[in-house]
Amino acid sequence: MNSKRHQNLQGYSFMMPALLAILFFTIVPVVYAFFLMFFKVDMLAGTRNFIGLDNFGKIFEDPKFWASFYNTFKYVLVVVPIQTIIALALAALLNNKVKFSRGFLTVMFIPTLTSSSAMTLIFMWLFNNNGLVVNTIDDLFGIRLEFLTDPSLALTVIMIMNIFSTVPHFMIVFLSGLQDIPDSLYEAASLDGASAFKQFRHVTVPQIMPITFYVVTMGLVGCFQIFDQAFIISNGTGGPQNSTLTFSLYIYQLAFNSNDMGRATALAFVLGAIIFTVTYIVNKLLKADEVNG
Amino acid sequence: MRNGKSSKMKAIVYALLIGYSLLTLVPFLWSILTSFKTTAEIASGGTFFPQEWSTAGYEKVFDSQLPTWVMNSLFVALVTTLINLVVNTMAGYALARIDFKGQKVLFSALLALIMIPSQVTMIPLYIVVSKLGLVDSHWSIILTTMFNIGYIFMMRQFFVNFPRDVEEAATMDGLSRIGTFFRVVLPNAKAAVATQAVFVFMGVWNEFMKPLLFISSPDRYMLTQGLNALAKQFKNATAWDVIMAGSLISIIPIFIIYIILNKYFIQTNNQTAGVK
Repeated sequence: MNSKRHQNLQGYSFMMPALLAILFFTIVPVVYAFFLMFFKVDMLAGTRNFIGLDNFGKIFEDPKFWASFYNTFKYVLVVVPIQTIIALALAALLNNKVKFSRGFLTVMFIPTLTSSSAMTLIFMWLFNNNGLVVNTIDDLFGIRLEFLTDPSLALTVIMIMNIFSTVPHFMIVFLSGLQDIPDSLYEAASLDGASAFKQFRHVTVPQIMPITFYVVTMGLVGCFQIFDQAFIISNGTGGPQNSTLTFSLYIYQLAFNSNDMGRATALAFVLGAIIFTVTYIVNKLLKADEVNG
Repeated sequence: MRNGKSSKMKAIVYALLIGYSLLTLVPFLWSILTSFKTTAEIASGGTFFPQEWSTAGYEKVFDSQLPTWVMNSLFVALVTTLINLVVNTMAGYALARIDFKGQKVLFSALLALIMIPSQVTMIPLYIVVSKLGLVDSHWSIILTTMFNIGYIFMMRQFFVNFPRDVEEAATMDGLSRIGTFFRVVLPNAKAAVATQAVFVFMGVWNEFMKPLLFISSPDRYMLTQGLNALAKQFKNATAWDVIMAGSLISIIPIFIIYIILNKYFIQTNNQTAGVK
């Protein structure tokens, strides 16, 4: 019996639909991207000229690149820590043998269900110059913060919105991690006289480190790629005054408004490299902390 | 003393949880109330509750192309979900249960591919789609979203822990591998398949970037994209009642699925929760 060959055949026939799709829609585009970034591509004229590393050179001289660089990093630095902490805090609260915890979860999860487009429109109206938030702040403090038209505040709305809609997902991830911690660890700690806070610091935090890696990594990857909200809020322009121009939005503009797909692909590679590097560094730092803590 | 302290703690826990739940609901409540106001009232600033309840916003939404966009999104999301279930589940099963040459290499390759940000492939993918003549066709979205490496891993994880004797009994009964898969394995993997289904459906329903890139005719718009077009059209007239009505309608199908299949959305204590 050639059962080994039979097994191979079976394995590949089961994998075939996935492999074909991955080949056409992931591998071919990735390989293609490696070529595109060294070319000046004009889709409309149908021309393609090799220009070496010029696309990369141009990126770093471009003030719009630096605006998107600044906005995206600011966004990541604010959103990732805040959403991770709120998600962990809510999960810790829910892990207290709370009554109706299912009910709380069900309500809190609603923002995660909502599409980025519906959520962005709801937040645009909430933060509109005529909307609830602006009027409430005006009534309470007598200042008019015009969030969406003020370049120093527009990105803040996207930050708040993203925290609001991502927290529930990570909260559930944290909660499953917390529920996996054996009770015996807490019993031992409380026999040693550790306070609730000390138990949290010395039992909970180290035990859920792997979950924290996951949440921080997914948070970083998601935040660096922020696109939908910035596109909808600024109508694709990244305004006011480039204050909501993110990496992904700029890539889109280069490719589809400036018809410069080569440079757009080069920028996408820069973004990919940044995501890899930052994720790697942050995970190293977290691991070092785990060893010391 | 101890009791007093812990019941005080409990009260704080409940207060914080209730507070955050209310905070979660405020934006939605505000948009529901807005959707029942008149445009004139919205333009003049207005109050929290409508001074005069009106359904004009909803009427305008139903007169727009939004019903078409709902049907487009339903079609694309359903077809994509069905294809994903077959493709991801079969691949996950092979990676977990069939011992074939190159399996380990394939697994690592998939792990590497999942790390590539979608922006890197976005532009070349657009070119591939246009070369295939799929621009402005719903199949551009269906085909480019017909697999998900994350769910292939989730299914692999599920099948690694799946009892072997069920399959063996079926094989003894003379069922072929593919017959065993569809008649015995799949029905027993209901929970994992349902989890995958709700999240794939939600992902396609909420997707914004692919429709924006691939679809250009308004009558073929997906709902998210159409909603953005609707907002553009009504924003200058401050007709936020129309925009909020449209946004709320776009959430309703997911919300219905969420209510019915709640247990698959929120899973806190089993290995199929989230893709880890």
